[in-house]
Amino acid sequence: METLARLAFWLVVAPLLPGLINRVKARLAGRKGPPVWQLYSDLARLWRKGVVLSRAASPGFVLAPAVAWVAVVGAAWLMPLGPAGGPVHFAGDVILVVYLLALARFATAWSAMETGSSFEGMGAAREVSFAVLGEAALLTGLLALSVRSGQTHLEGMLAGSAGAGAVLLGAALFVVLLAENSRVPFDDPNTHLELTMIHEVMVLDHSGPLLAAVLHGAAVKLLLFAVLLVEAVLPLGEWSPGAAAAGLAAGVLAVTVGVGLVESLMARLAFRRVPLLLTTAFLLSVFALLVAWRGGVS
Amino acid sequence: MSETVNVLVGVVMGLNLLALASSRLPLLIRTVSWQGVLLGVMPLLLEGAHADWRLVGMAAATVLGKGVLIPALLRRAMRAARIDREVEPLLGYVPSLLLGAAGTVAAVALGRGLPLLPEHARSLLVPGALASVLTGFVLLTGRVKAISQVCGYLILENGIYLFGLLLLGSTPLLVESGILLDVTVSVFVIGIIVDRIQRAFDSMDTRKLTILRE
Repeated sequence: METLARLAFWLVVAPLLPGLINRVKARLAGRKGPPVWQLYSDLARLWRKGVVLSRAASPGFVLAPAVAWVAVVGAAWLMPLGPAGGPVHFAGDVILVVYLLALARFATAWSAMETGSSFEGMGAAREVSFAVLGEAALLTGLLALSVRSGQTHLEGMLAGSAGAGAVLLGAALFVVLLAENSRVPFDDPNTHLELTMIHEVMVLDHSGPLLAAVLHGAAVKLLLFAVLLVEAVLPLGEWSPGAAAAGLAAGVLAVTVGVGLVESLMARLAFRRVPLLLTTAFLLSVFALLVAWRGGVS
Repeated sequence: MSETVNVLVGVVMGLNLLALASSRLPLLIRTVSWQGVLLGVMPLLLEGAHADWRLVGMAAATVLGKGVLIPALLRRAMRAARIDREVEPLLGYVPSLLLGAAGTVAAVALGRGLPLLPEHARSLLVPGALASVLTGFVLLTGRVKAISQVCGYLILENGIYLFGLLLLGSTPLLVESGILLDVTVSVFVIGIIVDRIQRAFDSMDTRKLTILRE
């Protein structure tokens, strides 16, 4: 029962975030913008449509988006949710979350190459090469959390406060969030120019329910990273359940608005500058780790 | 009080890395000037209530010199010689950033092993000084343009200044003010040299200054 409630939370709330980001962007540009629940309507529309399959594609083309969606939702299910805690916790579940995300990325890249389109191959190459740098930053940040709390399961790591390194860690995780979800300084989710896209270009040949699975998976991933960022920075475990739930909701909302602001105020980075930004995120994580380590010893 | 200083030294280390990653000369100059201002305020924080008028004067001179005068001289030299804003690294941004970060981590780790006085053991001053000196070296050797090398030299000097803060009680302030004057004069001279090199060779590339002729 609790499992179902958790899954329902992730599945139902997630499509709200892209809607909120778009609303923030529209407001800043002086437009009215699409309704906040636009993605729900899009998903419903895509679900009713048929699928166009390339003759070159193997059954993997249909299988991979499903694998990616299940992996992302599984990773999200493992995340502790503020006062409710995690569904299960065991030592090293944090590694499982990171690897489920990696599996989802592998599956997306796989289905992108199934149709043999050169653009999609290019997008897959970009996605995977940026992910190498982003994953280093993410794992180092998680290591900092683990060193500070002295625990290796998500619920224990995310309960306490991040201490002095919270600012560094928050900045690093925010950059990782932007990179992993292909938001603006790395990729522009609105553009449809194949030469500059990363994530969008990988799903050009998907249609109908397959595209719906990809879009919904992306929304769940965005919510996952927002929750991770908020729980890593705020000491939710030390607050009363009501305050923790309110803090989590407010934090996720703040992160979403922050993403919208970044998208409105910044231009996409030139490709050759992307590794520099991701390296900066990695170094921020390293320094958060250093602060956690020093704080623990002295 | 020492916590505030440690946070400030942390910011100085961050500015070191920003200087290594910045690809535009104006940003580099601004970074170095902010670092100078932070360092100028530090003696006041270290001494707290014991600060006399000489120390306050010294701090004010450092802030004005490093925060206003030197950046103004550098910007003037850039304008006069019409230098392009791009930094042109010999060593790429990502490698120099990684090198600087590795140096900072090593400095913090090494700082714990040094036989320091007990009152300095928890302070970040020594690691900050080592990290700034290393950053200065990387900037001096890894950049082509004379202006960015001047910035590297200034960061190197900031590192030495951080070391000097350890001896705040025992070094005469005259030494500090002498160093500040030297730095200002040398930046002034380099500003003029940059202008002359530009006029004589149409380029600010120090790689071409390898042969000495009559």
